[in-house]
Amino acid sequence: MTILTQLTISKAKALLTKGEISSKDLVQAHVDAMELKKDLNAFLTPCSDDALKKAERSDTMYKNKTARALEGIPLAYKDNFCTKNVRTTCGSKILANFVPPYEATVTDNLNNQGAINLGKLNMDEFAMGSGNIHSAYGPVTNPWKSKEDPSKKLVPGGSSGGSAASVSAHITMGALGSDTGGSIRQPASFCGIVGIKPTYGLCSRYGMIAFASSLDQAGPLARTVEDTALILQHMAGFDPKDATSIDIKIPEYAKNINKNIKGLKVGVPIEYLEGLHPDGQELVQKGIEWLKAEGAEVKEISLKTTSLALPAYYIIAPAEASSNLARFDGARYGERVKGDSLDEMYANTREEGFGKEVKRRIMIGTYVLSAGYYDAFYTKALKIKHLITEDFNKAFHDVDVLLTPTTPTAAFGIDEKITDPVTMYLNDVYTATANLAGIPGISVPAGLDHNGLPLGLQLLGPRFSEQSLFNIASVIEDAAQFKGLED
Amino acid sequence: MSNLIKGRSGLWEVVIGLEIHAQVSSKAKLFSNSATTFAADPNTQVSFVDAGMPGMLPVINSYCVDQAIKSGLGLNGKIEKVSIFDRKNYFYADLPTGYQISQFYHPIVTGGYIDIDLDEKTTKRINITRLHMEQDAGKSTHDLSPTESFIDLNRAGIALMEIVSEPEMHSAKEAQEYVKKIRSILRYLGTCDGNMDEGSFRIDVNVSLHKPDTPFGDRAEIKNINSVKFVGQAIEYEIVRQLGILEDGGSIAQETRLFDPAKGETRSMRSKESAHDYRYFPDPDLKPLILTDERIEKARSEMVELPDAKKARFMTDLGLTAYDADVLVVEKETADFYENILASSQSKDKKLVAKQIANWLTSEVFGAMNRSGISELENIPFKAEYLAELVDLIVGDTISGKIAKDVFAKMWETGDNPNIIVEKQGLKQVSDPKEIENVVANVLERSAKQLEQYKAGKETLFGFFVGQVMKDMKGKANPGLVNEVLKKALS
Repeated sequence: MTILTQLTISKAKALLTKGEISSKDLVQAHVDAMELKKDLNAFLTPCSDDALKKAERSDTMYKNKTARALEGIPLAYKDNFCTKNVRTTCGSKILANFVPPYEATVTDNLNNQGAINLGKLNMDEFAMGSGNIHSAYGPVTNPWKSKEDPSKKLVPGGSSGGSAASVSAHITMGALGSDTGGSIRQPASFCGIVGIKPTYGLCSRYGMIAFASSLDQAGPLARTVEDTALILQHMAGFDPKDATSIDIKIPEYAKNINKNIKGLKVGVPIEYLEGLHPDGQELVQKGIEWLKAEGAEVKEISLKTTSLALPAYYIIAPAEASSNLARFDGARYGERVKGDSLDEMYANTREEGFGKEVKRRIMIGTYVLSAGYYDAFYTKALKIKHLITEDFNKAFHDVDVLLTPTTPTAAFGIDEKITDPVTMYLNDVYTATANLAGIPGISVPAGLDHNGLPLGLQLLGPRFSEQSLFNIASVIEDAAQFKGLED
Repeated sequence: MSNLIKGRSGLWEVVIGLEIHAQVSSKAKLFSNSATTFAADPNTQVSFVDAGMPGMLPVINSYCVDQAIKSGLGLNGKIEKVSIFDRKNYFYADLPTGYQISQFYHPIVTGGYIDIDLDEKTTKRINITRLHMEQDAGKSTHDLSPTESFIDLNRAGIALMEIVSEPEMHSAKEAQEYVKKIRSILRYLGTCDGNMDEGSFRIDVNVSLHKPDTPFGDRAEIKNINSVKFVGQAIEYEIVRQLGILEDGGSIAQETRLFDPAKGETRSMRSKESAHDYRYFPDPDLKPLILTDERIEKARSEMVELPDAKKARFMTDLGLTAYDADVLVVEKETADFYENILASSQSKDKKLVAKQIANWLTSEVFGAMNRSGISELENIPFKAEYLAELVDLIVGDTISGKIAKDVFAKMWETGDNPNIIVEKQGLKQVSDPKEIENVVANVLERSAKQLEQYKAGKETLFGFFVGQVMKDMKGKANPGLVNEVLKKALS
């Protein structure tokens, strides 16, 4: 018997087309899984009833042979995508009851292809975090357990923690996340699934609540490379409502995957391996072997600016955030805490509405943009961003793609109180570079660490090399034979 | 030329620089499609972008960019091929996003100048530092309720051009002439309607005093002045205020002040305002604004003749005086109206007609408009070309200038064509020498006493005879001919 929650999107699509399963059953199975795995705290706003209604409509579409590309496929959207008439909190108390009267372009694109939204996914507040412990609605639990201490609750990574956990736990077939410094790839790695951060400008940011506008990109998470490719293909595309959106034709990523990497030049940046845990080292070595076995040439390269990335990231991202989050003032929407004056209302609202990590970043951002510090911090950080981009450009003259670990370690415990924010920030050390350079990066599950926890390998390519990344990731996927969680 | 003012301790020089916020004439806002109609019901012209809703993004309105390019060209500025939108961060209830999008570091226009007329002979060049684009904020109303404020976001996001002058003006008069000239140029270009009552043209004045040959003094900025008259009053007040403080050994607070038209004085705003750190940084939602040569040249090719060029042409080609030319070119509507009338005149002597039409327009028409409370030329009671017909009647000797005034009054009253009025009322000038000779003979005959005095040498009585002839002929006699005939008869 077919276990509906075990299906990949491509398989489900085939069965739906043949009429062997119904969308209604498919959605119902995932709604049941959502209910059963409530304790993961992956969903903030379930849309079960609406999803089931839509599934019936999708079944009619299949019957009428008018089914669209993702007809009747249950997905779930990170809660920083504005969804029309569906509460959108961005993981924050300040938007606890915010119901947008408009739809983000990427979710609109998916909905228009027949995808069904199961609900809104938990996340670090305003996408600021690497463990999904900074949600105003409580942490998300990673469905994976460590061999050493199976009772220990692990983080799913962040900030797209709800997305990664729900895909990994078979509650949804795929999810939308957003990635500003690693927020898709790091949780994908922690939860043993695939996640891609596309080229900056490939997916519209319209309706995605901004964290750091110059770095934010939406992207999909799914259990297979093919499914990830399929979702991206249907969410991406030029949008005149986003001035940073890029007008290029989106390839049929999924269909074009051919796994032919003969002669492909792969670079392994040595800076990404320095001080890496042996588990990670071993995994990268395996990755090299897998790619070589399929005919790729692999060589070590150097990206000298790597160590500058994180400091620059933690100036640029908070700077933009401090400005982007100014609109949450209690005046027009969202929660308002009254005060005796306008300034007091602002202070009370933001004091109550924002969590600690968000406040920390607003403070950092305000500081680095202030008069007298701007050049020392912000201008310098922008210069580093430029240097990193140049460094990648040079590397891509030499090699086609870069192979790196996605994260320094596997998932850590929710209760491992990371009191030093800088330690937490180090989670982004391998991922933030791609955001700064605006290039795409994909994380593909490749193995387990000594504790039996998933680890991902990351592939980085030049701008608009998504097709090539899917292709290579697919080779790793085949070779790694990574076994995800069962239902 | 000295603009120095005298204080107890010696001479002071006044230094004035202006920032003008000119609203771009555009149906849509700078970064959204919302309408910009003036005085619409509160919050009816607000998009999700204008309201700063989560996830909303600005997209530049290219029409507004073209207007800024034209304005920059009209002000003789350099159009920058790369300019950048920055965020100016501050919290206020009528600023929905918490930042204003402006161009701080890299404006779309740098440099430029205009020439202002100080009197009929003297012009002065005032240099312009920059012109940049930015969005307007909304409007707060605090006096409708003791406990609440009301916010209208209709204006939020409307495109403005901020035009910054060099601190090169030294009197209220110079500042006022500068304001008038900038407004006139933008109105000619059609890039700003210059409507000061509706807030489409607002002026911030920076005033400071210093002793000549010493560094500039600390300045006060008087914000949001909305009339040329108030610009003058605010500056005059500020000069006296600052002079008083400086002569008493005090120092000028570098602050923002407001002009109160009712009291004719400036007042300090909360000094907190000026202590703001706006944390400008490039808006990551917008790419740098890149202009191609083609786009700039297209804007240049669409430029209209500007007031200075028009004035020069009116003076050299049409022989108008500087004064008349000035009056006619200040408003484009007036200049266009004038040129249309001139074009419809049938007379051959264009220069003569040009002068006459200018006179009729600036004295009779403007006077009648004032008396009737009509502010727009298009609303006068008769068709514009009738004025040309009236002047044609005069220069063609069909009616005298005196009769013409009566005809004009009738035209104003009825809207009728002057030819018809002249026809109907039999006002045609009599230019038949025979007829005039008869009347002259009559007059001389019945004025024996005066004739005797005249012949005895009282030549001033010539006017008396002219008057008698005119009276007999109900003013319709050709005055030149009357003179001629009389002279002959009296000799």
